[in-house]
Amino acid sequence: MGKVIVVTSGKGGVGKTTSSAALGAALAQNGEKVVVVDFDVGLRNLDLVMGAERRVVYDLVNVIQGEAKLTQALIRDKRVETLYLLPASQTRDKDNLTPEGVEKVIAALKNAFDWVICDSPAGIERGATLAMRHADVAIVVTNPEVSSVRDSDRIIGLLDSKTLKAENGERIEKHLLLTRYDAVRAERGDMLKVDDVLEILSIPLLGIIPESMDVLRASNVGAPVTLADGRSAPALAYFEATRRLKGEDLPVTVPGDKRSFLGKIFGRKAA
Amino acid sequence: MTDVLTQPRPIRLKGRSFLALALTPELPFADWLRRLDDLAARSAGFFLRRPVVLDVEGLDIDRAELRELVDQLNARNVRVMGIEGARSSLLGPDMPPAMTDGRPAGDIEAPEGEPAAPAQAARPVADPAPVAAVPVPTTPSLVVSRPVRSGQSIFFPEGDVTIIGSVASGAEIVAGGSIHVYGPLRGRAMAGSTGNAAARIFCRKLEAELIAIDGFYKTADDMEPELRGKPGQVWLEGETIKAATLG
Repeated sequence: MGKVIVVTSGKGGVGKTTSSAALGAALAQNGEKVVVVDFDVGLRNLDLVMGAERRVVYDLVNVIQGEAKLTQALIRDKRVETLYLLPASQTRDKDNLTPEGVEKVIAALKNAFDWVICDSPAGIERGATLAMRHADVAIVVTNPEVSSVRDSDRIIGLLDSKTLKAENGERIEKHLLLTRYDAVRAERGDMLKVDDVLEILSIPLLGIIPESMDVLRASNVGAPVTLADGRSAPALAYFEATRRLKGEDLPVTVPGDKRSFLGKIFGRKAA
Repeated sequence: MTDVLTQPRPIRLKGRSFLALALTPELPFADWLRRLDDLAARSAGFFLRRPVVLDVEGLDIDRAELRELVDQLNARNVRVMGIEGARSSLLGPDMPPAMTDGRPAGDIEAPEGEPAAPAQAARPVADPAPVAAVPVPTTPSLVVSRPVRSGQSIFFPEGDVTIIGSVASGAEIVAGGSIHVYGPLRGRAMAGSTGNAAARIFCRKLEAELIAIDGFYKTADDMEPELRGKPGQVWLEGETIKAATLG
């Protein structure tokens, strides 16, 4: 039985899709069978980030409505053999997702894969609650800014009340993934510091992904950042996050802890 | 023009928030009133001293029917302080005023009636050891051992609320008694909401957006900046909210 992970956030544009693709690719590179499911029906993007946009024939809605078999809709990644994508529909809207349909698809995927990563739409609407409903583990993606943190807090509240695990009286495992972290700006006070975010949200930290041009570059060439350049700073951070996700006890290093003398001067000047 | 007012005292107008029960009648009214009578019979005084708002949203009734319903409720000693969700044509000067913008709170459970005394007396005592069934007056309290997240609301008009964890900005605690937060209090805390001026608010880190006791409130901007982020307690002295650090 595979593990179902939902990648979620309150606010849009924080890096859910990037993180879903990067974590999925990192897990699959170790030979584990991974499927990344795009739940953002109507606004699909995961196929772009994974470089499969021209290979989409059937999508999640087709499978749920019984117009296609699951095996027809799954797209195998060209670079990593064990990585699959289940794309979202661009033309239909989220009302086509039925709770029963989602349940059936997730159950089937759980049987066939080691990891099922659900890329959730942002917010607290139907699409987001359906994506989180069957999850065993939730990854809450947050930027170090107050609006993002508050919306994440709201989402954590929903994870504790609207998931199957919560309804059965269990606690869903939750992790925080802090993305687009810029050490210089955090030091300057333009961004929240890691400790502040952790203190407000009080869930365990899965990783800190530094703000980097490599992420943008990777998504523009259609490759998860962990595949595009495995030695870039964000890729390394995602690899570490993956190891923690698998249960390894790894200390989290805050980017920019050891800053250069020059950086300190600039940091102060701008403040 | 020698008549000078010696004490030019201004008239004080104050905002105050109350918790009201919202009664939602259903058609036909006769059946609904019978069920209400049944509830009232099981718990005398359930409606006593409680402000009641009548929620008639979505009911297809005319003015005479509404008038009749209000009269029926009056006859049962249920004082309606306002009517919510009614078209303005339904209301008149002889009717309770219209209320708008009510915010939903948690449902209040209708109290269970006292077990009928005769039935208890008639029950054969099978157990030889008599069990002392002395009702002990208890102070109900609610303990929440997880963080209260943004958008969540804890509503407990019966007594004290203790939160082991944080209260996030955008979260809300409403308690009939005192509020204790063993963590940062960043959201809103309203203690003594059912008219208890002796209620207090205690927290490990005072960063609240709003604090209120017995309807008197203070927002973050009015709070002393030196208390921010410190462990603190808040209480009511007369009609002013006082706050001090703890420990």
